[in-house]
Amino acid sequence: MADVIHAEGLVKRYGSRSGEVRALDGLDLAVPEGTVLGLLGPNGAGKTTAVRILTTLLEADGGRATVAGLDVRKDAKGVRKRIGLSGQYAAVDEYLTGFENLDMIGRIYKLGRTASRARARELLERFDLVESGDRPVKGYSGGMRRRLDLAGALVAEPPVLFLDEPTTGLDPRSRTGMWEVIRELVRGGTTLLLTTQYLEEADRLADAIVVIDKGRAIAQGTSDELKRQVGGERIELVLTDPSQLDKARAVLATVAVSDITVDEDGRSLTAPVSGGPPDLMEALRGLDAAGIVVSDVGLRRPTLDDVFLSLTGHTTETPPLDKQEDAA
Amino acid sequence: MSVMVDALGDGAVVVKRNLIKIVRVPELMIFTLVSPIMFVLLFAYVFGSAINLQGTGYREFLIAGIFAQTVIFGATYTGAGIADDMKKGIIDRFRSLPMSQAAVLVGRTASDVLINLISIAVMAGTGLLVGWRIRTSFWEAVAGFLLLLFFAYTFSWIMAWVGLLVPSPEVVNNAAFIVIFPLTFIANTFVPLENLPTALKVFAEWNPVSSMTQATRELFGNSGGVAATSHAWPIQNPVLYTVLWGLVILAIFVPLSVRQYKRAASR
Ligand SMILES: Nc1ncnc2c1ncn2[C@@H]1O[C@H](COP(=O)(O)OP(=O)(O)OP(=O)(O)O)[C@@H](O)[C@H]1O
Ligand SMILES: [Mg+2]
Repeated sequence: MADVIHAEGLVKRYGSRSGEVRALDGLDLAVPEGTVLGLLGPNGAGKTTAVRILTTLLEADGGRATVAGLDVRKDAKGVRKRIGLSGQYAAVDEYLTGFENLDMIGRIYKLGRTASRARARELLERFDLVESGDRPVKGYSGGMRRRLDLAGALVAEPPVLFLDEPTTGLDPRSRTGMWEVIRELVRGGTTLLLTTQYLEEADRLADAIVVIDKGRAIAQGTSDELKRQVGGERIELVLTDPSQLDKARAVLATVAVSDITVDEDGRSLTAPVSGGPPDLMEALRGLDAAGIVVSDVGLRRPTLDDVFLSLTGHTTETPPLDKQEDAA
Repeated sequence: MSVMVDALGDGAVVVKRNLIKIVRVPELMIFTLVSPIMFVLLFAYVFGSAINLQGTGYREFLIAGIFAQTVIFGATYTGAGIADDMKKGIIDRFRSLPMSQAAVLVGRTASDVLINLISIAVMAGTGLLVGWRIRTSFWEAVAGFLLLLFFAYTFSWIMAWVGLLVPSPEVVNNAAFIVIFPLTFIANTFVPLENLPTALKVFAEWNPVSSMTQATRELFGNSGGVAATSHAWPIQNPVLYTVLWGLVILAIFVPLSVRQYKRAASR
């Protein structure tokens, strides 16, 4: 099947005082129709730059890209007719109400007065904004703006959708709600490119994941394939008494599938395992039998950090999942 | 052709949005309404009592100058509005929609014509209260108001371009001050041309603000005894000269602004 989103060798350079930044350094992407691609990467990886180029907001310095078969450079207007974009920072008008924002977009899509208004109301309802729909956006919270912005991207029911960190800054309930909306869109046949800093999000929503760092794809595959690359789950253990380190390491070695790492503090150990909870139980029994006292222990799924560490040797410095971002 | 229709249709959507903003931000509305009243009263009573002119009274002479200055300063608002929009996220929404690239500019400059219309109405009302009168026919008066609006509109395009060049709305205000103050004061707006020293007089004679003021005065029948103080061609043919200037400004600054918009928005 033809790729709805296709990019080859995208390059974008930014000049700065300290020299040139390559925001994109030869990025290739391919998203088949009706699928979801998760673009995963830390701050500054080039996610937003890629989205802006694909949505015609920015011109690439090199490479080529098509969306819905149209060249983003040569037929920008054609591309815009077929896409919806919800950027990293909510693109909403502060002085208009939520309803007016959506109605304005509907009018630009030439929906006609009645259809445009009906669509605006429908979207307000879908995004849980009915109560605040007739208040100016100035008084909206970051999460409300985010939802309104996504609603704006959906006004014309575009077949191709770009969402740049759609859940950053949302509380857990809104995030789950957003995931549900996204799944529903995909069930309806929408082709989606989604950026995120969270493996879990890509895991839940994406058919395929491209991990990017410094403007290049450093890994790609399904989420299972990626996780296999970093090893599955891991047992994390914090000792009460650092002198028991060697004994603990020996116990963990019976369940670990690859190298056990020890933190700088000399008390925390991480052991990749493949068997999940039974492995944890076995490790706990072994620790208990050996008289090792632990202050904390748990089973953890691989995070983006683990993927990064294993792929690049450096961590992501990604803020924690629940960190609220001020979507200005 | 359909490009134009699109730009107008999309422009209308932007106009509506700009007008909503004016209503929701009362400071803007108050500024639009109050400053013209203040100008007319200040000039009429402070300067009007100090300067004596033969023929038409100084107050009547002043009104056209105040109209001219106010609508030209109104163009600053275009630039500030654009600079503000460019900073806000909404510009990304506009740019990701299949709308005319000129619509944001067309809409902005058009909504500022409406603001100027309000300012002029308020000034005219205040002017009538302090003794200003239109002494010509209805249609000549209409032509006078239209000329004011048209010339202000062309200035809006200059300021739109400035608004796209600078990093913030405040800078537009400062830039406008530096250009618009000399332009509106080294003119026949508030003093008759004959009183100016030679160098300034030549500048003032060829300054389109002078010709616009002169044209408005003539169309309102306010030129009286001070009409033919200069034999310079622009002052003798004020309407033609003003319209020509307006067309030249549009021919330069519309394409320039549209190009700058595309460039600035993709930063
Ligand atoms: N307008 C710009 N001028 C200069 N450099 C820029 C500009 N926009 C982006 N960059 C640089 O390009 C690189 C990629 O930025 P980009 O915004 O695409 O990253 P990102 O993956 O979206 O990051 P984040 O997770 O923080 O949103 C960064 O190094 C950034 O500093
Ligand atoms: Mg980003």
